Amino acid sequence: MEALVAIAIGAMSAAGVYLVLRLRTFPTVIGMTMMSYAINVFLFASGRLAVNKPPILDPYAEAAVYTDPLPQALTLTAIVISFGMTAVVVLLALGAFIESGDDYIDMPDADRREDGDTE
Amino acid sequence: MNHFIIAPVVLPAVIGGLIILWMRHDMLLQRVFSTAGSVILLGVSLYLAFYASSGEVFVYRLGNWPAPFGIVLMLDELAAMMLVLGAFLAVVVQLYAIGSGWDRKGWHFHALWQFQMMGVMGAFLTGDAFNLFVFFEVLLIASYGLMIHGGGPLRLRAGVQYVIINLLGSTLFLAALGTLYAVTGTLNMADMAVKVAEMPPEDTSLLRTGAVLLMLVFAIKAALVPLHFWLPSTYANAPGPVAALFAIMSKVGIYSIIRFYTLVFPGDSVVESIVADMLLPAALITLVVGQIGVLGGRHLGRVAALSTIGSIGTLVIAVSMFTPDSISAALYYTIHSTLASAALFLIADMIAARRGGELWLTLRPKIRDSGLIAAMFFAAAIAAAGMPPLSGFLGKLLVLDVTRADPWWIGIWSTILVTSLFAIIGFGRAGSTLFWLPFQLQRIEALAEEEGRPPPRGPIPPKLEPDEHIQDIDDAVSPTMTFIAVGALLAGLVAMTVFARPALQMTDAIAEQLFDPQPYVDSVLIEQEGARK
Repeated sequence: MEALVAIAIGAMSAAGVYLVLRLRTFPTVIGMTMMSYAINVFLFASGRLAVNKPPILDPYAEAAVYTDPLPQALTLTAIVISFGMTAVVVLLALGAFIESGDDYIDMPDADRREDGDTE
Repeated sequence: MNHFIIAPVVLPAVIGGLIILWMRHDMLLQRVFSTAGSVILLGVSLYLAFYASSGEVFVYRLGNWPAPFGIVLMLDELAAMMLVLGAFLAVVVQLYAIGSGWDRKGWHFHALWQFQMMGVMGAFLTGDAFNLFVFFEVLLIASYGLMIHGGGPLRLRAGVQYVIINLLGSTLFLAALGTLYAVTGTLNMADMAVKVAEMPPEDTSLLRTGAVLLMLVFAIKAALVPLHFWLPSTYANAPGPVAALFAIMSKVGIYSIIRFYTLVFPGDSVVESIVADMLLPAALITLVVGQIGVLGGRHLGRVAALSTIGSIGTLVIAVSMFTPDSISAALYYTIHSTLASAALFLIADMIAARRGGELWLTLRPKIRDSGLIAAMFFAAAIAAAGMPPLSGFLGKLLVLDVTRADPWWIGIWSTILVTSLFAIIGFGRAGSTLFWLPFQLQRIEALAEEEGRPPPRGPIPPKLEPDEHIQDIDDAVSPTMTFIAVGALLAGLVAMTVFARPALQMTDAIAEQLFDPQPYVDSVLIEQEGARK
């Protein structure tokens, strides 16, 4: 199971990094999403992987079997934050696309021109 | 327990919420409430600073949960100093935003401003690593809104870059936290310090990875080379007051570096000096890149942004020594460079408002209020370049002084001194193009005509449309207020120079407290109900 989780995290991070390095906003947004999935799985695994154990202490169980609940709480927070951030970046990318007519990430020529005119 | 410790977080949150819910359509009410909120925030910060100056560390347990499990806020002298600095900057720059009319250029300026302050204040106060991440996100979300305030294609494009690089930073931050949690089993900073100190040296490879990952996150925030790419276009395209407020945001990164690598990973811990070894070369290159940018910049916004990068380089050189003296020098330079870069951005915005919104360093006729603005630019440039008599000079002397013991001191000294020369020339050239040459405009044009060259750049463009994404001086609510705001920042710089001795005594006390983390750890973990011992 450890190898499977590690491969999943690695593959998603690699795909995410590749996509983030593209020069257009849409692949970059998808890449960011991939990266945040990878990180969520990584955070989940940081409390050690365990099968069939609840994240709470059961006082009636014979031996105290439980898995660390904190990484689950952290992952939940991280998921919420990354959802919100993805929404922000999508809207911002849309705004930039509508205002400037293309979805390239790098600065247009107008930013380099001496008079700074955007027309 | 003093409940005022949480006030800097709760107060802006409440005011921001009220503004969004009840005052959306009433600009005057927004301005009154938002300014009142910032002034009260400054008052609370000053009270907390007075409270913390006794040298004791105060801990606030949210919900009264015992420390390693619940979230704690903590107040020591360093946190108190940063609170006061942040709140002062917020009040002054907000006055500028109101006076120049920038806050009318889009929606929810004041609400976002308050949420931004909530994030900044929370990041300074928190004693929990994951909570630090959450407050980073709070201040970043608000800063995304502020950065694109007013819109326009260039600003939106720069905004996309800014958001994406910060999202990557957040991702790295989570990876670092996951690694540290997997090794130490805790996220409370004091508890983590205890666990790290007890760790056997042979099991530390994962811990080192975590420490370096965390370093990268803070370096992105502080814009250290090679993670500085987002800063120039962000700051140059953001509205002037927003860029000025961002001066405190890069200091959040510096603050976190100082906090984490004196408390959790001090130089004598198992991760040794791995971070300090990385910081010094990065800081030197940052300084060189920044000041060469000042020398070569053709756009005043970029010149100001790159001089901010340069000042961060100087600052981190001092931090990377990690001795009490060097941290003290770094803290003094932090206050100075925050005020100086904020003043530069505001002055650049004043010039832009009078030149039809453009800041390229080309010849244009004389602007309105040229003399007063030139004097202010001169003062701010002297401070930013580190010339006597303002505090930049004292700060640089302090940095030079603390690097004397380093084996590389010749390299460090020559880098600092040579790059200072670059900055002086760069600012001198910018100032003469903006303020001096316009007086010679007719002669220069006549000369060009005589030699058959095309005439230099034309007149200042006419007044912009009211909904243009750049602020125009004729839209300003009160130009006097903008001058008062910049004057207050410059007065802060003068005060830093005149009261250098008390200021240094304060930073010395802070550094001393930072290098003795035991009382901090005790007050978080031991002096509580149901404590371990």
